[in-house]
Amino acid sequence: MIQFDNVTKTFGARTAVNKVSFTIDKPQMIGVIGRSGAGKSTLLRMINRLTPATSGQILFNNMNILALKGAQMRRWQRDCAMVFQQFNLVPRLDVVTNVMLGRLNGHGAFKSLFNVFSADDVTTALNALDRLGIAQEASKRAEELSGGQQQRVAIARALMQDPQMILADEPIASLDPMNAKIVMDSLREIHERDNKVVLCNLHTLDTARAYCDRVIGMRDGDIVFDGVPEALTTDVARDIYGADESFNEAATSTAIETDTSRTTHSAGTVTPAVAVAV
Amino acid sequence: MAGVAALEQEIMSLRKRRQLYSLIGVLLVIAVLVSGYSKSNTMNSGNFLDGLSKFFDYPSEIVIEAWEAGPAFFGLILTYLPAMLETLNIAGVATLLGGAMAVVLAMASSRNVDSWGPGIPVVRRVMDIMRAFPELIIALFLIFVLGSSPVPAMIAVAFHTAGALGKLFSEVNENIDRKPIEGLSACGASWMQRIRYAVMPQVAPNYLSYFLLRLEINVRASAILGFVGAGGIGQELRRTIGWGQGAGDETAAIFVLLFVTIMLIDQASSYLRGKLVGSGRAH
Repeated sequence: MIQFDNVTKTFGARTAVNKVSFTIDKPQMIGVIGRSGAGKSTLLRMINRLTPATSGQILFNNMNILALKGAQMRRWQRDCAMVFQQFNLVPRLDVVTNVMLGRLNGHGAFKSLFNVFSADDVTTALNALDRLGIAQEASKRAEELSGGQQQRVAIARALMQDPQMILADEPIASLDPMNAKIVMDSLREIHERDNKVVLCNLHTLDTARAYCDRVIGMRDGDIVFDGVPEALTTDVARDIYGADESFNEAATSTAIETDTSRTTHSAGTVTPAVAVAV
Repeated sequence: MAGVAALEQEIMSLRKRRQLYSLIGVLLVIAVLVSGYSKSNTMNSGNFLDGLSKFFDYPSEIVIEAWEAGPAFFGLILTYLPAMLETLNIAGVATLLGGAMAVVLAMASSRNVDSWGPGIPVVRRVMDIMRAFPELIIALFLIFVLGSSPVPAMIAVAFHTAGALGKLFSEVNENIDRKPIEGLSACGASWMQRIRYAVMPQVAPNYLSYFLLRLEINVRASAILGFVGAGGIGQELRRTIGWGQGAGDETAAIFVLLFVTIMLIDQASSYLRGKLVGSGRAH
C-alpha cells in the first residue's frame, strides 16, 4: 500500500526525518511515538504533502506521491485525510459546513464561490456527524463546541473525504482524558469498520499499546522501533525516549491508563479496556 | 544589595535620559510650529492676524441670509437633495469598486494566505502607487481627459480606495489564524477555495468595518471633487459660494445638508462597525 523509501526532511542544518524506510502493506492502525521534535509530525505531514520532503520517495500503490503536482496532488490530499492536534476547523462556519469542506476537492469554481453543496453532501455530512455522536451540533458554529467535539467534527470532515487512509497528528494532545478516549475510540472504529489505514502520532505509550496494531518509535529523525505493541517493553521505550534508568513510563502518560492485557481488537468490537483516571 | 544599588543607578540614569529626550521632542515641535506659522504668514498676501478679525464676516452673512429666507430655507435643502444623492452615489459606487479591487489586491499580497511569492512585492508597490495619488489629483487628470462628469470622480475615488483599503485588508490577512487554511489544504482544497472558506470567514468582519470607514471618507472626498467639476453637492457649493452675496441662503442649505448627511453616515457606520468587531462602539 504505502512504502517509505529513504525519506529525509531537513530544516536548514537540522535533520527532522533521516532516511526513513518502512512499509505499510495492510490496513492497520499504526501509532507513531517519540519525544517532541523526534520527527513524527514531519513524517505525517510529508505523506499529506503539507511539508515537502527533501529526498527519497513515498510510494502509494506504486505511485510516487512526492512527485505529484497541482490537481493530482490535491486529489491525493483528499485521499489521505488529516486530523490535527488543534482541529484546524473554520471557527466561524457551522459544523455541517465544516464537515462538507472535506468534499471541496472536485468542486468547481462556481459551487465553491457561492457555497453550493448538494443534498447528497449534506446527508453524507450529517451521517458522518451522527457516526461520531454529534449530529445534534450540526447547526452550531464550530467555535461554540468543546475541544473534544471539535476534534470529532474534524474526524467527520476526514470521513467526508472518503479517504484511503487517515493521518492523525497528535489528535488527543489537547484533550482531557474523557474526550481523548472518545476520539481514540472513534479512530479505532473507523479503522475496523471501514478497513482503513490509520496512522496516528501519539505522545503516550499506553494509548499506543491500547489502540494500535503496530507501533513505530522515532528518535531524532530515525525509526528506532517498529513492531507490535507487545514488544514495546520499558527498555525499548527508554531507547525511544532517550531516557536513563530512572525512566518511568508514567512520564509519557497523560491520564488514560490502560491494562493492555485486557485490550482486544479482534472480531470487530473495540474494547480497549480504558480506565480513565480523572 | 550592591547589585540592586547598581541597578537603581542605571534605571535612574535611563529615566533621566528619557526625560531629556522628551524635552528635546517638545522643543522641536514648538520650533516647527513657530517656524511654520511665520513662514506661511510671510507667504500670505495679507497678514493672518489682520484677516482673523474678518474671519466671521462671511459665515455671519450666510447665516443672516438663511434666517431671512424663513421657512423657504427648508425647501432649499430639499432642492439640493438630488445633488447630495449624486455625491453619495459617486462615493458608494467608488467604494464598492475600490473595495472589490482591494480584496483582490490584498489576497495577492499577503504571505499568510499563501499568495504567489514573487508577486507579493509587486502588488504591494502597485498599492503604494495607487494610494500615493490623492483623489483630487487623479480626478483633475481624468476630468481633463474624460470631461466633467461624475464618472472620472468615481474612477479617481475607486483607484485611491483600492490602494488604501488593499493595504489595510492585507494587514488583516497577515494577522489571521493559519490553522483553518492548513486544514483545508490537507483536504485537497485549491487556493481559491482556501481563500473562500478559510480566509474570508475570518477576515469578513474586519474588512466590512474598514469598508464602512472608507465609505465615510469617500463621501467627503466625493463632495470635494465637485469643486473640480465632478458634479454632485460639491459643484453646487462651488457655484453658490462663487456667487457671493445673495446666494448665502443656498450655501447655508448645502452646508446643512452636507453636515447632516455626513453625520448620519458617520453614526450609522460607527454603530455597524462596533457591532461587527464586537467591541462596542468603534471609533
